[in-house]
Amino acid sequence: MFKEIKKSVILFSGLTLICALVYPLAMYAIGNSVFADQAKGSLVYEEENPVASTLIAQNFTQPYYFHPRPSAAGEDGYDGTSSSGSNLGYTSQKLHDAVKERVEAYRTENGLSTSQKVPMDAVTTSGSGLDPHISIANATIQAKRVAEVRGIEENKVIDVIRKSTQQPYFGIIGKEKINVVNLNLTLDREFGKVKI
Amino acid sequence: MEVFDMVLFALFAFTVVVFGFFIGNYVYKIFDGKKTFLDPVIAPIENALFRISRINVEKSQSFKEYTISLMVFNLFGIFILFFILFFQSAIWLNPQNFSNLSWHLALNTAVSFVTNTNWQSYSGESTMSYFSQMVGLGVQNFLSAATGVAVAVALMRGLTGRGIGNFYIDMTKTTLRILLPIAFIYAIFLISQGVIQNLSPYVDITTIEGATQTLAMGPVASQEAIKMLGTNGGGFFNANSAHPFENPNELTNFIQIFSIFLIPVALLFAYGKFAGNRREGIAIFGAMALLFALTLGSTYYAESQGNAMLSELGVEEGPSMEGKEVRFALGASSLFATVTTAASCGAVNSMHDSFSPLAGGVLMLQMMVGEVIFGGVGAGFYGMMIYALLSMFMIGLMVGKTPMYLGKKIEAYEIKAVIIALLLPSAAILGFSAYAVNCAEGLAGLNNAGPHGLSEILYAYTSAAANNGSAFAGLTANTPFYNVTLAIAMFIGRFGVIIPMIAIAASMSNKKTYALSSGSVKSDNTTFTVFLACTVLILGALTFLPALTFTAIAEHVLMLSGKLF
Repeated sequence: MFKEIKKSVILFSGLTLICALVYPLAMYAIGNSVFADQAKGSLVYEEENPVASTLIAQNFTQPYYFHPRPSAAGEDGYDGTSSSGSNLGYTSQKLHDAVKERVEAYRTENGLSTSQKVPMDAVTTSGSGLDPHISIANATIQAKRVAEVRGIEENKVIDVIRKSTQQPYFGIIGKEKINVVNLNLTLDREFGKVKI
Repeated sequence: MEVFDMVLFALFAFTVVVFGFFIGNYVYKIFDGKKTFLDPVIAPIENALFRISRINVEKSQSFKEYTISLMVFNLFGIFILFFILFFQSAIWLNPQNFSNLSWHLALNTAVSFVTNTNWQSYSGESTMSYFSQMVGLGVQNFLSAATGVAVAVALMRGLTGRGIGNFYIDMTKTTLRILLPIAFIYAIFLISQGVIQNLSPYVDITTIEGATQTLAMGPVASQEAIKMLGTNGGGFFNANSAHPFENPNELTNFIQIFSIFLIPVALLFAYGKFAGNRREGIAIFGAMALLFALTLGSTYYAESQGNAMLSELGVEEGPSMEGKEVRFALGASSLFATVTTAASCGAVNSMHDSFSPLAGGVLMLQMMVGEVIFGGVGAGFYGMMIYALLSMFMIGLMVGKTPMYLGKKIEAYEIKAVIIALLLPSAAILGFSAYAVNCAEGLAGLNNAGPHGLSEILYAYTSAAANNGSAFAGLTANTPFYNVTLAIAMFIGRFGVIIPMIAIAASMSNKKTYALSSGSVKSDNTTFTVFLACTVLILGALTFLPALTFTAIAEHVLMLSGKLF
């Protein structure tokens, strides 16, 4: 028995060294030299300070920005250290109530009538709570509000949406979608930051 | 039904089969002792390891020797991992100063990662130091997968009369020659797509609107690659593969789904080579593919129906997006969910708890039948062999011939082992679920009420005993009650199957092989494929239909009548 334990310990140590130190640290070295940007979180800087990761949703509440999907990450949502979905099932009263509230809020915000349907992604929380994407339909509805508050023509905003739309990979894998963080950054670049 | 989704499914099936075929040939070469292209690099490392640890590379082990080696190695793994987690605050690479894990969480996590379950009662980004993730959990992502492959190879050898081999050698070869090289390329690809790989403290940002947000960091890509490839499924972050830093786009998502099935499929092709008849492997593959087509179809259909109650509130018609990411949506989420529960991976790119009742039921059923629809690396193969031997035994009895598989008699000893391997996990699932429902500690953690709450409990023990690791994640499982009972379920589900399978491998290996005559029952044809698939379905249904009736089916019916909980 003692012999077996000794064999296990030695083999375990050797394999740990290779798989849990050499391998990840090699990936660290390669990642940070060849793909430094991605390895560090695809961060966007303004005057040397990170303001966003293009992969992670952040909360946008102002009417002149496009809003991401609702988030269940952390207490107030969009918590980058507490990724999570709501985990509510189809028959959940809580889900029902939350969606009802969000539908009303979305309609008010965007000036929709009570008969107009609201895009699915706009009123449901994502799996991670950090989903940076929204659907084209969702963005198009919000365009009117964004244009009004910014005092520009809606067509110009629609143009930005069109330019920011991500296409499927190779034309077949995935669907059209829009990254809210990039979209809002583009808005600020094209039309200037809104001064409060 | 959307064309894009069908294209995705077809592309997935095609790539898995093509790559599975080539890797399968490579796997066979490795375990048949033939030369492979990585020999010049890896053979010296292996030989050094074997020399220092004094492993006899010449001799095949007996059932007893093999079991002792495997158990000692795995128990030592649990011990070390427990130790690392329990004392993580005293070890390096802990920039967020996370405290030590409680004894029950450390125990649960240690058993979880060593048994290839990767059930997570914790949330990675707020619990685990980089050392715990990278070294503690990281190494088990390799070794637990390699243990599964070693047992599968032992069984292939046994069934084809070659002696079951040496656990240490097969496990090491799997790690260094199969998992590591693929993970290496895989991780680099993931980084290029935006999966992070750093050791920095969490990044504080002032958002575009001027609020603050903290982003969790870490060596994710290296972990992510082996997490998928080894059908481990333990996410670096709580949201697992739904998190954009783990799975940033459709391309990484496709590769992740592909890599879950890659080795399980490759092993079937390798098996065909071992048996000296490719069709033996293809027959098993066929049964799995048939079952998978059924479950994928059901999940996809159930999810595409959407939640009628949401459309009544004024939301556009269509599949529910609660718990799903826009970049994956219906098709890629359904495919991922079906694949991850068919194989014992357990990674998720959407929250299963928020799936439609019937889709959730299908996901559970796949785990309940023992993760044999391709299954975990190695585990899927030896798990399916339980049903294959049982099928041949039943066919033999039905037609009045001595039951044989690959020309070897299936006798009382093997059938006893088969029954143990079949009953232990099922008993763990139903027993623990029934117990949890009847005590306050069990009911305390529920996130959903009504039948869906019961589903959360049933799903947890199913996932544990089947060594899957995915969850109806609403359940708060980080309590002494759940941590300990789930750990026991995982342990039983893993070693309660592995040990009987080694016994079968060793016993079959010593048996005489009879030449097939024209009257023999064959196991390399369509009849066997269909029979095998039916055996899985019928046994699974018989054991678990009552439990599913009270959960998924009850919830579905109540949902149709508009009931909320």
